[in-house]
Amino acid sequence: MTLSSLDPSLALPPDPSLVQLLTPDGRRVTHPDYADGLSADDVRGLYRDLVLSRRIDAEGTALTRQGELGLWAPLVGQEAAQVGAGRAMRPQDMAFPTYREHGLAWTRGVDPVSLLGLFRGGDHGGWDPAEHGFALYAIVLGAQTLHAVGYAMGAVRDGAVGREDGTAVLACFGDGASSQGDVNEALVWAGVQRSPVVFLCQNNQWGISTPTSAQTRTPLYHRAEGFGFPGVRVDGNDVLATYAVVRDALDRARRGDGPTLVEAWTYRVGPHTTSDDPGRYRPADEVESWRARDPLARVRLLLEREGTGPEFFAEVDAEADDLAARIRKACVEMPDPDPLEAFDHVFVEQTPELVRQRDEHAAYLAGFDA
Amino acid sequence: MTAVATEVATGTVTLAKALNLGLDAALAADPRVVLMGEDIGQLGGVFRVTDGLQERYGADRVVDTPLGESGIVGTAIGLAMRGYRPVCEIQFDGFVYPAFDQIVSQLAKLHFRSRGRVRMPVTIRIPYGGGIGAVEHHSESPEAYFVHTAGLKVVSCATPADAHVMVQQAVASDDPVVLLEPKRRYWDKGELTPVQESLWQARVVRPGTDCTLLAYGPMVRTCLDAATASELDLEVVDLRSLSPLDLDTVVQSVRRTGRCVVVHEASRTLGTGAELAARLTEELFYELEAPVLRVTGFDLPYPPARMEEHHLPDLDRVLHAVDRAMGF
Repeated sequence: MTLSSLDPSLALPPDPSLVQLLTPDGRRVTHPDYADGLSADDVRGLYRDLVLSRRIDAEGTALTRQGELGLWAPLVGQEAAQVGAGRAMRPQDMAFPTYREHGLAWTRGVDPVSLLGLFRGGDHGGWDPAEHGFALYAIVLGAQTLHAVGYAMGAVRDGAVGREDGTAVLACFGDGASSQGDVNEALVWAGVQRSPVVFLCQNNQWGISTPTSAQTRTPLYHRAEGFGFPGVRVDGNDVLATYAVVRDALDRARRGDGPTLVEAWTYRVGPHTTSDDPGRYRPADEVESWRARDPLARVRLLLEREGTGPEFFAEVDAEADDLAARIRKACVEMPDPDPLEAFDHVFVEQTPELVRQRDEHAAYLAGFDA
Repeated sequence: MTAVATEVATGTVTLAKALNLGLDAALAADPRVVLMGEDIGQLGGVFRVTDGLQERYGADRVVDTPLGESGIVGTAIGLAMRGYRPVCEIQFDGFVYPAFDQIVSQLAKLHFRSRGRVRMPVTIRIPYGGGIGAVEHHSESPEAYFVHTAGLKVVSCATPADAHVMVQQAVASDDPVVLLEPKRRYWDKGELTPVQESLWQARVVRPGTDCTLLAYGPMVRTCLDAATASELDLEVVDLRSLSPLDLDTVVQSVRRTGRCVVVHEASRTLGTGAELAARLTEELFYELEAPVLRVTGFDLPYPPARMEEHHLPDLDRVLHAVDRAMGF
C-alpha cells in the first residue's frame, strides 16, 4: 500500500446509479425502480421531521458547548438518510442504531431528552428498546449489526416474517464500521439465512479523519453482491429517495425475500463529535459543496413550489423552538444517577457480592451524614 | 433464577453425555431455548456434546452457524432481545477471543446499560483446559477474563452429575452465564445423582481437617486424587461457581482447617487463586495458619503439548504445596 491510496482526494466518485427522486434544487425526478408515493401532507410531515431532527442535534451541540453534555455526536447533514429510513419503518419493526441516530430515534418516538443521558453521563441509554423498536445506541463500531441479525433470526422463528405485515429489522452502520469484522459477519449470517434485515450504511464520507477511500476500493453497496443479496446506493440527502428505497427493502425483508444493503450517500457536515476538529483533515470547499446539497432546503423548495404557504414553515420553526427549549430545560434539570441504584442493575438475580459492595458504599456515604 | 425443574436422569454416563442429556432436557423444557455453534448439528459437535439434538429438535433450534465466534455471540444477543434463550457453543477455549467484544462489551453490559429493561439469558459453553495433548489454542483456561468482567456469571462443572444439572440451571438463568466444561474430563464416567446446590454454590466434596484444597473443573479430580494419596486429612472444595463466588462455603472450610491451597490450570498472575487469597486474608487474617498458596499453570503462553505435564498442576505439585502450607 502506498500513501497515495489514503489520499482524500481519491474519494470515490458518485455512482451514476445513485437513486434520486428529489434534486438539490427541489425538483422531482423519476426513477424506473422507485417511487415514494407520498402525499403533500406526507412530505410536509417529513419536512417537519427533518427540521426537528436538525434542531435536536443543534441543541446537543449547544449543550455540549455550554458544559451541560460531555460530548455530542452531531448528525447535521444526515437528517434525510435517518428520517427517510425511520419513516419507512413500521411499528413492529426494530432498528439497531449507532450513536449518531438522533433523527432515526425521533421517528421511532424516542423522547430526544432521553438521548441526552448518554452524553451527559447520567445513564447509558434512557429509553425502552422494546417500546420504541429502537435498540440502545452502540458505540463499539458494528457490534449492533450482529444483534440486528440475531433479532431477525428470532422474528423468523416467531413466524413474524414471510407476509405483507411481517417484521423487518434495520441495522445501521457507517462507512467506518464497514471495515469491522462484525459487520462482515452480520452480512454473512444474513446472506446465508436470508434474514429480514436491511443494512443501512450511512456513508458520510469520513470516519473521524479516515476517508472512505481508505476503507474501500469498491463502492460499499457493491459488497452486497459478494454476500449474496442486493445492494443499492441512494442519495442519502434526498429524504424521498431514502424513504422509497428503504421502504422497498424493508417490505422485501418482511415478505421473507431476504436482506438488502442500502448505502445512503451523504455527508457528515459537522465534526465526528464535539471533541473533533475536522479542519485538520478535510478541505472547507468539500464541506461547502455538500452544504449545497442540503437535505432540508430541497424539500422546502419543493413544498413552496407546490403551494405550501409560509405559515406552515413558521409553525414548524415555532415547534422547533419549543422543542429546543424543552430539551434545554430537561437537560439541566436531569438528576444525577443514584450511586447505589447501579448495583441493582448488573444482574437479574442479584449476587451476595454486589449486595456486599453496595452496602459497603452505602455505609461509607452514610458516614458523611453522622 | 427462573424456576425450572431440572430434569433428573439416572444411570452412569460420561460428562459429555451428561451435558447432552442436560441440553436435551433444556430444549424440551422451553421452546425458546436455541442451541447455536459450529458443527453442533449433524456432526453433534466436535466433542459430540450436542449429538442427536438437531435431529430431535430441528435445524432452527440446534443451529449450525457460519464459522465466526463473534457472529455466534452477537446474534445470540439479538435472539435474546427477541425473547429467546440462546446457548452458544464455542468450539475450543482458544477460539473465544474473536467473540471477546460481544461477550464483555455487549452481552455483559446490556442489562446494566438498559437499567434492567433488557435481559440477556444467554449461556456460553466453552470446552476448556489442557491435558489432552492438543495443538495450540485448544488447551487454554480463559476464566479470569470473564470472572473479571462485571455482568457475567461464570461456572464450571467437574462431574457428570453436576454437568447434567448445571447446564440446565445455566440455561434457565436470566443472566448471561459462561459455562466452562473441563474437556479432559469429558470422557470421565459418573452416576447422575440429584444435585442439592444452586448453580452458585460451592460444595465440600471431601471433608478434612488439615488443609483445604480449593479447585474447580478439571482440577477437582486432581485434588481428590491428591487427598486420597496424602497421609494428611485434606478437605477438597469444588467451587463450581467462580462468579459469583460462594465465599461462605470457602471461608467456613478454611476457618476449620486454617490452611488453604488453590489449584487451577490457568496461569497464576491475577488468576482465581489471587482473588481467593485476597478474600481469605480479608476474612480470616487472624485464623490462617499459613499464607494461601497457589498451584497453577505458569505465566506461560500455553506450552507445546509435550511439555504440558510440567505446566499443568498434578497430584505431586498439589501435595508439594500442601507440605509447604503445613510447614508454616
